Amino acid sequence: MSGERKRILGLIVNPIAGLGGRVGLKGSDGVAIQRRAFELGAVLESLARAAQALERLAPIKDEFTLVTYPAEMGEEAAQQCGLSPQVIGSINPGQTTAVDTKDAAKEMQRLGVELLLFAGGDGTARDIADVIGDDVLVLGIPTGVKMHSAVFAVSPTSAGELALATLQGRIRRKREAEVMDIDEDALRKGSVSPKLYGYLLIPYEQRLVQGVKAPSVAADAVAADAIAVDVVRQMKDDLLYIVGPGTTTRAILGKLKLEKTLVGVDVVGKSRLLASDVNERQLLDLLQGHEAKIIVTPIGGQGYLFGRGNQQISPKVIKQVGKDNIIVVATPNKLDALGGQPLLVDTGDAETDRLLSGYVRVVCGRGDYRMMRVSCTGKA
Amino acid sequence: MNDDQATVYPYIPNSVPRVKQAMLHEVGAKSEEEFYEDVPEALRLKRPLNLPEPFLSECALKRHVEGVLSRNRTCGEYLNFLGAGCYQHHVPAVCDEINQRSEFLTAYAGEPYDDHGRFQALFEYASMMGELLNMDVVNVPTYDGLQATATSIRMAARITGRQEGMVAKTIHPAVLSKIQDYCGPNFAIKLVDCDAKTGQIDLSALRAAISSKMAAVYFENPSYLGNLEARGDEIAAIAHDYGAICVVGVDPISLGVIAPPADYGADIACGDIQSLGMHMQFGGGHAGFIATRDEEQYVMEYPSRLFGIAPTRVDGEYGFGDVAYERTSFAEREQGREFVGTASSLWGITAGVYLALMGPQGMQELGEGIMQRAAYLMTRLSEIDGVRAPLFSAHHFKEFVVNFDGTGKTVAGINDALLANKIFGGRDLTREFPELGGCALFCVTEVHTKEDLDRLIDALAKAVS
Amino acid sequence: MENITEKRYTDGRPNLRRFHQARWDEPIIFELSVPGQRGILPPPVDNEIREAVGDVASALPKTLRRATPPKLPEMAQPQVVRHYMRLSQENLGLDLNIDIGQGTCTMKYSPKINEQLARTPQIMQLHPLQPEETAQGILEIMYKFEQILKEISGMDRFSLQPGAGSAAIYAAAAIIRAYHAHRGEADRREIITTIFSHPSDAACAKTVGFDVVTLYPDEDGYPDLEALKAAVCERTAGLMITNPEDTGIFNPRIAEFVEVVHSAGGLCFYDQANANGILGITRAREAGFDLCHFNLHKTFSTPHGCGGPGAGGLGATEELAPFLPTPVVSFDGERYFLDHDRPQSIGKLRAFYGVAAAVLKAYAWVMSLGADGLTEVSKTAVLNNNYLLKKMLEIDGVSAPYAEGKRRIEQVRYSWETLCGQTGVHSEDIGLRAADFGLHYWTSHHPFVVPEPCTLEPTESFSKADLDEYVDILKHVAGEARDDPEKVKTAPHRSTVHRIDQAPFDDPSQWAITWRAYQKKIKKGRR
Repeated sequence: MSGERKRILGLIVNPIAGLGGRVGLKGSDGVAIQRRAFELGAVLESLARAAQALERLAPIKDEFTLVTYPAEMGEEAAQQCGLSPQVIGSINPGQTTAVDTKDAAKEMQRLGVELLLFAGGDGTARDIADVIGDDVLVLGIPTGVKMHSAVFAVSPTSAGELALATLQGRIRRKREAEVMDIDEDALRKGSVSPKLYGYLLIPYEQRLVQGVKAPSVAADAVAADAIAVDVVRQMKDDLLYIVGPGTTTRAILGKLKLEKTLVGVDVVGKSRLLASDVNERQLLDLLQGHEAKIIVTPIGGQGYLFGRGNQQISPKVIKQVGKDNIIVVATPNKLDALGGQPLLVDTGDAETDRLLSGYVRVVCGRGDYRMMRVSCTGKA
Repeated sequence: MNDDQATVYPYIPNSVPRVKQAMLHEVGAKSEEEFYEDVPEALRLKRPLNLPEPFLSECALKRHVEGVLSRNRTCGEYLNFLGAGCYQHHVPAVCDEINQRSEFLTAYAGEPYDDHGRFQALFEYASMMGELLNMDVVNVPTYDGLQATATSIRMAARITGRQEGMVAKTIHPAVLSKIQDYCGPNFAIKLVDCDAKTGQIDLSALRAAISSKMAAVYFENPSYLGNLEARGDEIAAIAHDYGAICVVGVDPISLGVIAPPADYGADIACGDIQSLGMHMQFGGGHAGFIATRDEEQYVMEYPSRLFGIAPTRVDGEYGFGDVAYERTSFAEREQGREFVGTASSLWGITAGVYLALMGPQGMQELGEGIMQRAAYLMTRLSEIDGVRAPLFSAHHFKEFVVNFDGTGKTVAGINDALLANKIFGGRDLTREFPELGGCALFCVTEVHTKEDLDRLIDALAKAVS
Repeated sequence: MENITEKRYTDGRPNLRRFHQARWDEPIIFELSVPGQRGILPPPVDNEIREAVGDVASALPKTLRRATPPKLPEMAQPQVVRHYMRLSQENLGLDLNIDIGQGTCTMKYSPKINEQLARTPQIMQLHPLQPEETAQGILEIMYKFEQILKEISGMDRFSLQPGAGSAAIYAAAAIIRAYHAHRGEADRREIITTIFSHPSDAACAKTVGFDVVTLYPDEDGYPDLEALKAAVCERTAGLMITNPEDTGIFNPRIAEFVEVVHSAGGLCFYDQANANGILGITRAREAGFDLCHFNLHKTFSTPHGCGGPGAGGLGATEELAPFLPTPVVSFDGERYFLDHDRPQSIGKLRAFYGVAAAVLKAYAWVMSLGADGLTEVSKTAVLNNNYLLKKMLEIDGVSAPYAEGKRRIEQVRYSWETLCGQTGVHSEDIGLRAADFGLHYWTSHHPFVVPEPCTLEPTESFSKADLDEYVDILKHVAGEARDDPEKVKTAPHRSTVHRIDQAPFDDPSQWAITWRAYQKKIKKGRR
């Protein structure tokens, strides 16, 4: 690497992430759950996982600066790997909370970290997403049980590899990844309804070659723009457009110079925004006496077309609009990341799921379409 | 395995039956048939291919092919004055030596580590072309000048976002055909009139026809008809006034004496490098170049590969690689710029060798000498009754139009007479440019001596008398 | 007496080579320039000419006259030769290495006799516009080679004008466009292809102005027929598909694919870039295709030349033949001639008629093998490929995604994902370390669907020993990935240069495509 100012890596470890998993509890939010977990003999998983990731950075330890929070929020993990971190902030050891996570993230953003590495689960991801902009690179070291968000590497080692590649300037591909929100109580009671919470920018999972043949940083943004061009040029004034959440769909509204609710559903007609962040009821009202199309993009690492983060577009809405009036958009990166697996639908209504199964034409760019298989959850 | 198959082929090492058996055994197959299990019966060819009997020995093969080729008459045996896009210049022996090196000849797309030599050779080619053209970006060669031109115009269309182009009427007809096909049905090509006396672009016609819907203005210098365009700066200015990109096609071998297009305002220079060290090869020695300024909006529109220089982890070591690789179709499939494939890299390396051998003085002397020979021929031709040479009152480089209307003979008839004298006369333009009358395009290069030129004069004089 | 040979083998297998590529640390040619040196002198102008016309160039107007000489290097001839010889040594042509690592490129031996035949004056010194009666030899070769391609593919007419495979693919797309326009169906704007077809199929379709619909494979790794059925519609112009695909799989339902598209009113183009494994086995015709192409520098052995010149042959059925590029080579029973009278032609692809020297080499290659020889080529290539597949899968950490357990045709796209997950070493690293043993290794071009890819294509040119050596080297490197990963990740160590800094290539303020641009940026302090 060239001899300029050393790149900075930020590290936040959520010490109680994953606490409950091994001992059979779902998640570890809430003080009561934490106490129960310790009673059951839970060990601090996150420290071990964070260390596993950091080990990959040992060979270049003199070439970057590691900034982290004290004690169990990162300092210990770093020292365990022989890295001498720059410690910022202050905590009450043994009593860390989401506030500490957020403060740490804010400070690291201010310091201009090349990458913010965190060990935690969906909760930690949400905390970070609350305070950090979408131009700071973030990556999650998987530790917790709940990992519906797409911001995690496949393994701690892989997280370390990506961090190494980022610090060496070898990552030229970044992607916005969904942060999901699961209702903890509902989960414990046995019913799951994940919601889309927001987006973070991650270094793209290295499933492909680095170096000269790897696609560039701009690829996703360029593709989203091309998709927007394709969709907009085919829009008709006498139709309503129900636009689902996502950054790709946001680009479509952006092309019309409209503001998109990133995690919600908006309705467009005659190139104007008719309604923002609507629910099912509002959609059904708006649809009265109108022909419409639905524009959606797959959500989450597993590629859910319906059922994760856009439940407002309910089976009733889908049936009213009609299967043939659904426009699916996705960047090539996103489709490639599915690794040959089909898109999934889980609307909550088996009949609607079956209706949607089969093949769908996905808009990947201007005049660039891919046929994707669509499957109900549980079947490939 | 077929038991009659006893032939062991020199090019197929594993055709030795014993070796084949060992490999089949290791793979657990009884015969190669098993490998074709996915090919349905209905699609299997049930008979041997109906091909001519082969010449298994090299001796017999050579005899056969040489026998067929002996029916050709070469430009070594006949005195050649044909140009029109393919040129007989001297090819230095060193050029042939280098492009016959099998390290280059049989290489392809290795990395800039194991194939460092090719990257450096092509970077040097681009660099030398950059000096010749006075531009900072030159591509790894594309198929030929036609492709380079068509791509240059499409690049202009992408950069400006416009769908119309203006093209001089005197460009190479094949180039026009290529542009019309390649730029597609949604791109409108307008032809600009040229002055009947000088062959140069009619500036008032250009001004009248141009608009801010124009992506590009394209002309060749010299034109297909051999005349040089002296007001390139004015043409470029007109184009720029309307936000259009000025694209100029040049013959690089002229640039030792003729100003490069960049010097009079061109934004994109393009053309063919066949003159720079490639034999004519019946039209198979071509390669195209595209050159621009080093501006991101231009660089990102090249469909070809662009090689850049970079440091390695060892101080002072040169490394190379692809600049902005994601532009090319290898990386981005449909979103890429046009397409890229195997084109003409070996000719790029050869052109680099040529330019290195010639150097600045060689290019200048060569250019001056060519112009003198051409001027001599024009002077002597016009001494023949009924012959007008050159047709255009303009400056010329190596080619010029000769009009034979005054002789009462057709160009075809004249060329037949020349052929009987073992001379290939100028390209018959009667069908391509009927408005010029009975004309032919003559090409003179440094290979022609005074004796050669005088011999042509004598034969022509007889042919028209 | 010491037995040197014995020391080169361990347990009967040859040891790995102690290879080191040539490393001349050669300056950029401009650095070798010495003012005044000359490499070659142009022929002088005869005195009488000079006296007759004077200094013609000086009469040029200012705008036309070059103001200052071009800053080309000034070198004496031996210095030029030495420089380029050194660069050639720093290049691993196929003649030097076991070039199976450039999968999809069909790197095979280019017979030297064909090179010799193509270098004779009877090819080199032909002008394309010289009278046809003086070029009967080469026209005969081109015509006869067309007949060969017709027989191999079953198509009715071929053009040898394309400069390479991609040019032929482009022409095919242009023909599809012209055909539909001719029938008044210009709103057929979609071409269907598959994700593992060569990238040029999609790119050329786009270049011609089509929208592209891409199909993914089904669960078994074969092109998905159901997806095709869902994709065809009234806008379908055609199918452009590579078979066997770049993964080495032959689509058993290819004829059904053609039927589906024909029923929808589209045309079908068969990209035969990977034909090396199926010569004499199966043909475009019987599968129902309307157009097909071959790469002469792949299947037909003409050399790749560092990236060209290559040549392509584009075949068409009788119905589509009128659209082929102009001219075509025809025979009237007595003489061969160039037929320019083709009003429906898509026009010119290339300046003249194609790369004649490549056609000659391809012709000579076929004539040295014959029908039996060609079939032997394919069968041996496929045997080599499956043999290699077996040996590669014995390396711990390698897999061959798609159609697991099935035979492949011409090549295989492997994946190092398992090894990468275990060691953190990537496919590219492995390839660069393989360069330390004199190998080429090609990951893949787009699409990057197979993780950590590596595409190998042995063809028929390499011996069993070559294949064994290649696998031994990769096996060794895979072992190093586990035991000494840093060595692999910092490779190459014994190649011509070391790891190249990639940062300048995507940064407009740092990239330098010519030496002069580089000098400017250094002065500006950007590099």
